[in-house]
Amino acid sequence: MTPIIRVSGIRKTYGKTVAVDDVSFDVEEGEIFGLIGPNGAGKTTTMECVEGLRRPDRGSIAVMSLDPIRDARALQQKVGVQLQQAQLQKRIKVREAVDLWASLYPGAVDGDALLERLGLADKRQAWFMTLSGGQKQRLFIALALIHDPDVVLLDELTTGLDPQARRAIWDLVREIRTRGKTVLLTTHLMEEAERLCDRVAIVERGRVIDIGTPAGLVRRHCQNEAVVLETTDDTASSRFQAIPGVESVTWQGSQCTIRGRGGDLVTRVIQCLAEHRIHVTSFKTELPNLEDVFLTLTGHSIRE
Amino acid sequence: MSTPNSQLPTPKLVLRSIVALFKLTWLEIKIFVREPMGVIGTIGIPVVVFLIASRLIGPRIAQTAIQTGGGPGSAVLPVLASILMALSAMSSLVTIVSIYREGGILKRLRATPLSPSVILSAHVLVKLLFTILTLAIMILLGRRYFPPGAPVPLLSYAVALTFTTWSILSIGFLIASIVPTARFAQPLAAVILYPMIVVSGLFFPVTVLPEWVQGVARLLPLGYAVSFLDGIWRGEGWSAHLGEVAALTFFFFVFTAISSRVFRWE
Repeated sequence: MTPIIRVSGIRKTYGKTVAVDDVSFDVEEGEIFGLIGPNGAGKTTTMECVEGLRRPDRGSIAVMSLDPIRDARALQQKVGVQLQQAQLQKRIKVREAVDLWASLYPGAVDGDALLERLGLADKRQAWFMTLSGGQKQRLFIALALIHDPDVVLLDELTTGLDPQARRAIWDLVREIRTRGKTVLLTTHLMEEAERLCDRVAIVERGRVIDIGTPAGLVRRHCQNEAVVLETTDDTASSRFQAIPGVESVTWQGSQCTIRGRGGDLVTRVIQCLAEHRIHVTSFKTELPNLEDVFLTLTGHSIRE
Repeated sequence: MSTPNSQLPTPKLVLRSIVALFKLTWLEIKIFVREPMGVIGTIGIPVVVFLIASRLIGPRIAQTAIQTGGGPGSAVLPVLASILMALSAMSSLVTIVSIYREGGILKRLRATPLSPSVILSAHVLVKLLFTILTLAIMILLGRRYFPPGAPVPLLSYAVALTFTTWSILSIGFLIASIVPTARFAQPLAAVILYPMIVVSGLFFPVTVLPEWVQGVARLLPLGYAVSFLDGIWRGEGWSAHLGEVAALTFFFFVFTAISSRVFRWE
């Protein structure tokens, strides 16, 4: 099957700055695909090339087998976009924005029903400047969906939103997928990528380092697991050291951190506790996530 | 795959663009009047200043100028007001374009089927409409300060002012193309405007200036705008001012061509 979006070896420089060095990835129909990486990694530039707002210096992009710049007019009907840090006129009403957008596309969906679905029905007469951050982003999603596109491009959709608004937006994006659409998004939030994306491409300094499902990337790159527990048992330390696969046992007062490799460290620690009747007052696992994958692959944290 | 001519405008697309232009213009008008300060600055202040000036000196100046046939440089009060209106429309265009660019509004609009020329033309139309509206209010309220039966061809003058403003707005686009942020827009517009006003013949005849300054003035559009509007106000026909019409058209195309090359959307 031809991928719905194919990005092949694109490069983009601004003067001497290399924004995108060499980026390639395929997005399959019906999936939520995330470009993840720190700010300045080249995610937005890549996205803007896919949107047809920028022309890559090298490489090629095909969206539904069309060229984003040459076939811009045909693609506008099939692709919905939400741009990073975009605004609307301060005093435009929600209703007016939706009407204007609807008038620009043949076959636009019912704007009122769309606002209803996005929870903006009671804000129809409100000026853009009076909306909260979450409401603005929901309006931008409405504008991206107004012409019922097959592909939706979302650039840093939840940046600056509080956790509650963020969760609400995630639900909306999942709903877009349920309707059979393909979503390409960028984010620097690993939690967002883990919860939302079917597959992700890790972008760092203008290059794609690896592509896979969030769980698959974790399995591939981070087999380190840790168990943190509290016990006052004097014999525990030596018992833990003896567990196969354990690499280190460190203590901070009565709190003990057991690190090891392999998928079943947690099981073996539990078996050890049961076998030797070690009494613990707390027990938690620290399983690797995409943050750890990023750290392993790049040597630095995504937040730096 | 797309057909090779997918980018050529079809009649249907042209029609869509015209409809979109009117929709967007109407929307921008509504958005504009929702900001009271903008309306006061654009319409209120010029009208009030004009009425006060008319009350102080109006009848004499208007009459004198018309009776003597005036001379180059002694522009009548309505022409002075008109030019200042056109310039204020220009500077407000610069401001609005820079604000729209800084806020990412231009970028967001550009990522729609709206063509860039429609997005920018809507703002030009809004400015032209408000300029004409201001002129109409000035004439209506200021009528009693002018001698009855003064041979002023109002309709012709309104068309001339629209044309002149249209040409002057293109300077606005050029400035808007090169300013990095909205904060720079006003000072830069002022630095370009004030010297231009001084050598335009609006306040004193250009002929009193040194030869080389007159040469510079001929390279600027404002002098043509002043003598054109002045002539039409005095009741001269457009045919007597074809040179100025040509010059203003020329400036419009030159400035528009330059700005379309250097214009930044973000």
